[in-house]
Amino acid sequence: MKTVCLYFQVHQPLRLKKYRFFNIGQDHYYYDDFSNETILQKVAANCYLPTNKLLLELIRKFDGKFKLAFSISGVALDQFDVYAPEVIASFQELANTGHVEFLAETNAHSLASLANTDEFLSQIKLHDAKIQKYFNQKPTVFRNTELIYSDDIGSVIADLGYQAMLTEGAKHVLGWKSPNFLYTNAINPRLKLLLKNFKLSDDIAFRFSDKTWNEWPLTAEKFAGWINELPPDEEIVNLFMDYETFGEHQWEETGIFDFLKALPEVMLKGGKVRFDTPSGILKTHQPVSAIHVPYPISWADEERDLTAWLGNPIQDEAFEKLYGLSEKMKLIKDEQLQKDWQYLQASDHLYYMCTKLFSDGDVHSYFTPYESPYDAFINYMNVLSDFILRLKAALPTSDHQNEINLLNDKLNEQKLLLEKYKKEVHLLKQKSNAATKRTSSAVKKKLTRKTPTRKKSDSGKK
Amino acid sequence: MFGWEFPPHISGGLGTASYGLTRGLATIDDMEIIFVVPKAYGDEDQSMMRLIGAGDVPVTKKKLKFESNKKEFEYIEVNSRIAPYVDPEEFWKLTREETTDKVKYVQTNIEGRVAFSGKYGPDLLQEIYNYSVVASMIADENEFDLIHAHDWLTYPAGIAAKEASGKPLVIHVHATDFDRSGGNVNPDVYNIEKRGMDAADKIITVSKLTQRTVIEKYGIDPSKVITVYNAVEPLKEALSEQKESNLPEKIVTFLGRITLQKGPEYFIEAADMVLKKMKNVRFVMAGSGDMMKKMVNLAASKKIMDKFHFTGFLKGDEVFRMLQMSDVYIMPSVSEPFGISPLEAMQSNVPVIISNQSGVAEILTYAVKVDYWDIEAMADAIYGLLNYNGAHEFFKQYGREEVENLKWENAAQNVKDVYDSVL
Repeated sequence: MKTVCLYFQVHQPLRLKKYRFFNIGQDHYYYDDFSNETILQKVAANCYLPTNKLLLELIRKFDGKFKLAFSISGVALDQFDVYAPEVIASFQELANTGHVEFLAETNAHSLASLANTDEFLSQIKLHDAKIQKYFNQKPTVFRNTELIYSDDIGSVIADLGYQAMLTEGAKHVLGWKSPNFLYTNAINPRLKLLLKNFKLSDDIAFRFSDKTWNEWPLTAEKFAGWINELPPDEEIVNLFMDYETFGEHQWEETGIFDFLKALPEVMLKGGKVRFDTPSGILKTHQPVSAIHVPYPISWADEERDLTAWLGNPIQDEAFEKLYGLSEKMKLIKDEQLQKDWQYLQASDHLYYMCTKLFSDGDVHSYFTPYESPYDAFINYMNVLSDFILRLKAALPTSDHQNEINLLNDKLNEQKLLLEKYKKEVHLLKQKSNAATKRTSSAVKKKLTRKTPTRKKSDSGKK
Repeated sequence: MFGWEFPPHISGGLGTASYGLTRGLATIDDMEIIFVVPKAYGDEDQSMMRLIGAGDVPVTKKKLKFESNKKEFEYIEVNSRIAPYVDPEEFWKLTREETTDKVKYVQTNIEGRVAFSGKYGPDLLQEIYNYSVVASMIADENEFDLIHAHDWLTYPAGIAAKEASGKPLVIHVHATDFDRSGGNVNPDVYNIEKRGMDAADKIITVSKLTQRTVIEKYGIDPSKVITVYNAVEPLKEALSEQKESNLPEKIVTFLGRITLQKGPEYFIEAADMVLKKMKNVRFVMAGSGDMMKKMVNLAASKKIMDKFHFTGFLKGDEVFRMLQMSDVYIMPSVSEPFGISPLEAMQSNVPVIISNQSGVAEILTYAVKVDYWDIEAMADAIYGLLNYNGAHEFFKQYGREEVENLKWENAAQNVKDVYDSVL
């Protein structure tokens, strides 16, 4: 019996507008509303709405036998909220079937896990709250931005209480091992790892419509055949991909929807394959070993490392200048600044600055709204410069004031604590009152009961 | 007069100089000017290619009036793809970029694009040749006493016009390939320049620096070479003394093409040094060019990109706005035949730092002059002008007065003297 785990990532970048040097200090709105709205609605029409509809039909048809998982970035949720609330409604319908799991991730689709643990944690919290609000689920499985994972990140996530994490079945990490098992974090074995089977996943996500591929055209039967041909002891097949694969990266004309529609039936037919969600798999499977990942991996590009976002001088500069602000941002209460802070952290901005133009240049230029990585960088730094000016203006001006603020915060905290304690004291008092009443009456009862027995025993002794 | 830029379609100091000089000459009484411009801006690609390919260049004439003296001169456009400040490689890149844009716009296929751009490599010399053919045509059709050709792309045209008419030829050297290439001279360009200089009856250079280059590197008879300094157009409106900026920081500006000739990397090095000493400053590199990516990488690896900004190419009034925002203007050119832009900065009440390797350094007193390679002196000058108000005021005030006395009328009179010497 093999378990197939379908997981789809939903994310749309919040694109920045052309922001020139002259705008710095004057214009504090950074986003290209027009392209954000048009692109979001286009992708909603091509992918999210039709695919959600299809999945809903399939889930109802197979009644509990077809399950899957999503993670939706906070940036995408925010945009749905503004530009396409019907998309959220259709995801809610999926959530209501009880067969769709929503995973935790970073709110801003950020690389905070590589920069600042506090920021990372606060973003996870933010995202968690959004998932509970929209889908009424408390995520128990975490997927980091772009499936970025390392031993250290895993251990942080384990400490937060998540049971498992998703990541790439990167060859250079796995070596001879197969991704088709459950593994654990090397530092904290309580955190389980689900590894993406990148061969089978990418067959759908990237190669599906590639006519030069020797397996083209890919049918559900052929794909199910490959899964059945896997060694019998390999238990889990993790198919992780961008949700936009359906209808956006692979257009409807390629037959991707027919493929998806046929897939569950064909897979379930022989009775040798079942579908499950990540948290479901944790209940039915045992990990086979730990995986050591000292350096972060991801699911991007040939290298499956961080070089899509970090590594060249312009990316490093943008990344360092951005996260250099983390500590200051903790002191900021202003809502708009906090919001911009989130949106500026989206990994997409760094992705556009990638200068690798070999194997993955195509993928990068497909996604970027800029003419060159340098344009992307200059635009981003202009925006960031304005943001820094605003941040400075909003910061407490002196150490003195800073101290006052800190003391105020402490006072507030203590007030809250005091109230909490008051209540507790009150409760305890009530309890103890009730208890003393009860005990005193019980003692009385006991006494009244005991006295005769004593007498009896006394008399017995006598 | 053969040139290739005329406002508002200009991409550098040359167009400004051509315009200023023409305007100055127009104030002289017995002077009439026919200005021939190959025009690559705002024209349709296909028609231009077809027309030039046929060797049948349409010539349109229109009358232009200078407001100052109501005197007419003729302005003749020739359709062409010639653009100033390019060597053949750059020209190829330029046209290739243009076609790429085009392809993007009309969404044609890849094959179409490749076939289109492939033809441009050898076309440059062809274009210069075409231009010279048109020149002899114009020489036949018009009456004139003297030919004046600006910079290397028009030298063949000047020679052709001289051959067709037998009239004397004056060439005006605004730059040589030694300036543009930083020493790696393109032999084709050198040959064209050399031929033009040999054929010329007189050579006007824009500075002593360029005069030396012409005499030493091109082996020209020193008695044939005369320096006439450029000037600057007076501003149309009086400026307020107050700078206009939305930013709390002081601003140091580099404005020009980001090429080897302009020394952009020295500016970045100096900026890095200044930023280590003071925080209340931003640096701006305004312009575009083949070294832009390299410069972005350099500034990024210096970790100063939160205080160092690239604006890309600035158009007309944006240049003005940029100057209005600036506290210091810097031109660290490695080799600058003249350099009009510091004069424009001085007009806008901005103190300037210029390199000793620029022609304009020969005539300016109230500008800070440093060697382009001396980044410490440069950083020192920037820091001083930003922090010592007295120095700032001094250069601002005297600089403006100095630059107000540099008039094109005077430059034109000197050019007229050169004309008289060959007529």
